[in-house]
Amino acid sequence: MQMHADPAGVLTGSHFLDGDHACCEGALAAGARFSAGYPITPSTEVVERFASRIPTIGGTFIQMEDELAASIAIQGAVWGGAKAFTVTSGPGFSLMMEHIGLAAMTETPCVFVDVQRGGPSTGLPTLPAQADMMQVRWGSHGDYEIIALCPNSPQECFDLTVAAFNLAEQYRVPVFVMLDEVVGHMTEKVVIPPADRIDVTPRRYTTIPPGEFYAYQPKEDLVPDMPHTGQGYNVHVTGLTHDERGYPNMKPAAQDKLVRRLCDKITKNADKICMYEEEAIDGSDVVVVSYGITSRVAQRAIELARAKGVKVGKFRLITAWPFPEKKMKEVAARTNAVVVTEINLGQMVREVERAVAGEVPVKFVGHAGGSVHNPEDILKAIMEVAR
Amino acid sequence: MTTLPVHTNVVDQFLRMERIPHIWCPGCGIGTSVNSFARALVDAKIDVKNLSIVSGIGCTGRVAGYVNLDSFHSTHGRALPFATGLKLANPTLNVVVYSGDGDLFAIGGNHLIHAARRNVDLKVICVNNLIYAMTGGQTAPTTPRAVITSTNPHGTFDSSFNLPYLVEAAGAVYVARWTTFHVRQMARAMREMFSKRGFCFLEVISPCPTLYQRRNKMGDGLDTMIYYKEHSKVKNGCPTSEVSLSKGGEIVVGKFVDRERADYRDLMHGQLHETLGDRYVEREACECEI
Amino acid sequence: MAKGSVQIVVERCKACGFCVEFCPTHVLALSSAFNAKGYHPPHMVDPEKCSGCDLCGMYCPDFAIFGFKYPKDKEKKDETRVAAATSNAQEASDADAR
Repeated sequence: MQMHADPAGVLTGSHFLDGDHACCEGALAAGARFSAGYPITPSTEVVERFASRIPTIGGTFIQMEDELAASIAIQGAVWGGAKAFTVTSGPGFSLMMEHIGLAAMTETPCVFVDVQRGGPSTGLPTLPAQADMMQVRWGSHGDYEIIALCPNSPQECFDLTVAAFNLAEQYRVPVFVMLDEVVGHMTEKVVIPPADRIDVTPRRYTTIPPGEFYAYQPKEDLVPDMPHTGQGYNVHVTGLTHDERGYPNMKPAAQDKLVRRLCDKITKNADKICMYEEEAIDGSDVVVVSYGITSRVAQRAIELARAKGVKVGKFRLITAWPFPEKKMKEVAARTNAVVVTEINLGQMVREVERAVAGEVPVKFVGHAGGSVHNPEDILKAIMEVAR
Repeated sequence: MTTLPVHTNVVDQFLRMERIPHIWCPGCGIGTSVNSFARALVDAKIDVKNLSIVSGIGCTGRVAGYVNLDSFHSTHGRALPFATGLKLANPTLNVVVYSGDGDLFAIGGNHLIHAARRNVDLKVICVNNLIYAMTGGQTAPTTPRAVITSTNPHGTFDSSFNLPYLVEAAGAVYVARWTTFHVRQMARAMREMFSKRGFCFLEVISPCPTLYQRRNKMGDGLDTMIYYKEHSKVKNGCPTSEVSLSKGGEIVVGKFVDRERADYRDLMHGQLHETLGDRYVEREACECEI
Repeated sequence: MAKGSVQIVVERCKACGFCVEFCPTHVLALSSAFNAKGYHPPHMVDPEKCSGCDLCGMYCPDFAIFGFKYPKDKEKKDETRVAAATSNAQEASDADAR
């Protein structure tokens, strides 16, 4: 079920914005009225803009004392009734891991924006990388699933942030918008439509009255509806393994039931969740797989390769997690080789290799971070496998 | 025979009966503090629909799971930032943080000082049993000197926090300490906190008979309660710098701080009204209607 | 004449002794009976002295006992026996239900 955006948060019009700023506008358009953050380059502008904008829209921004606090304050705000998000980069993202697990376990809908920079550790605070892609999927302990989206332009920073909030509410899961420093700091045209043309997913509050409602009883889509704090539901939300009432239950059977469902609600709905861009796959010699800023460079490399007569297809991940495994297999079946390019020493390429399962050769073009690729490096790889 | 009037324990209405009996040890004082809490709720005529409890991890953290209110059992040390988000998103909620000394002052120490500094309107009940109980009796930042714990098996030697002193310095507007012996005073302090706006802090000294007292040959829970009775000194208004605890020493109890200071939201609204004038949209709650 | 009485939920008691120690009129003592967990729950040894002040209820960490005052015009004796029996029966049926 969809509703239209609240016009108060929609900056309708044609703008010249960088990715960080566009991301903030996406959050506001989606209905975010609470944010907690902690300064970290290159993400801080997202919350700085939110802090500036939210008082005239109606809502709260609070700069917390660290990312541990920010990542849980937003969850408190969600249970208080708001749509909430936080923003960070590598070192802060690492600090947030425990609370990402909490959000997954308590099925708290919230959005985390990671504007990726060179790592590990303090790394390259002002320079791009795409090296948190495995961390976003596996960073917290235990078995759980998340959704991660990768914009490749300021426009997509707006669009995919709106999508992130919608997915979070639909699946009651933490959703991640994985920018990188270049997408975050590049300025391009961003068109923000009128509010009545922006679909937002409302919080799936239950209509069952207090006393009859089981807080973690899933519906057919494997996701439970949410109770409303302050309305007599006597909600109990805990990070401990729990049963349908939300009460702690330490038995293996309860663990299996709960944790399996937390994973199934994403993996079994992957077809509805996964977004990607594919072009010229059929009959291609090579398909280039990329995401985020690298996809912009890959586009140039693809054009150069086509000019040399190579049939090159494009497969761009918009949803990185859940990884579109089925689609990837199908793409591999329609081509002769795959080139995967990302700003790291090999992260999403592992998922590609896993899905492709040796059917066609997979060539990786990556580096440790600090700059975007040169189109020539990707072109070289395309030409090598196209032989 | 005459009809039996129906008597119920006043605390029962606030308990998730299907989860009782609880896991706390014989002689542990956490349950006693919950009794005082229940009585405070009744006496203060709190609308419990609007009351949310947030707790951390530890023995005291389990309180959230036993009370029949909107209750949030968050992560270790992070009850305060969760509660901050909850309260700021929905200021109509009355938010109580119920957690232990290790949770609030060790791993949660940073959040404690900032929540107090900001004077967020939260009522904090800290059950201080001077130890990390749930995990088996490790040293806490409140464990006095020369105490045997599992991580100081030869005795603690470093200094411990004086919680009222720390919390007052950080900015709390209400600071009190009672022991689990002082059941009426605990209830009264909790009642006072409910009607006070701002960061309110109540330290409740409690036995941990299984770990703290037993390892240190200090008897059981009852012996400890008698010790509290005989060694507590009520000194309302005492300077918090003078209320440190020591092994076997005097326990200064009372209401130490009760002052007025604008709370976080008042300050926020004030500032934004001043700078933005009519453009400031002051909303009671950040609720998403969509 | 007793001004009140207590109700004891025998199966919840962990025999910590708080109620026995802090009853201002020394109405209670730990009994020689056992509950299912092997604890000796309290019983009233001097019911006439009970004022129904509920201090036992305020102290009990296990929510296993509470006191109540008699309304001024009711019969006292029958109520004490019935009250104790009722609470035991209730707790036994709760235990069966779990």
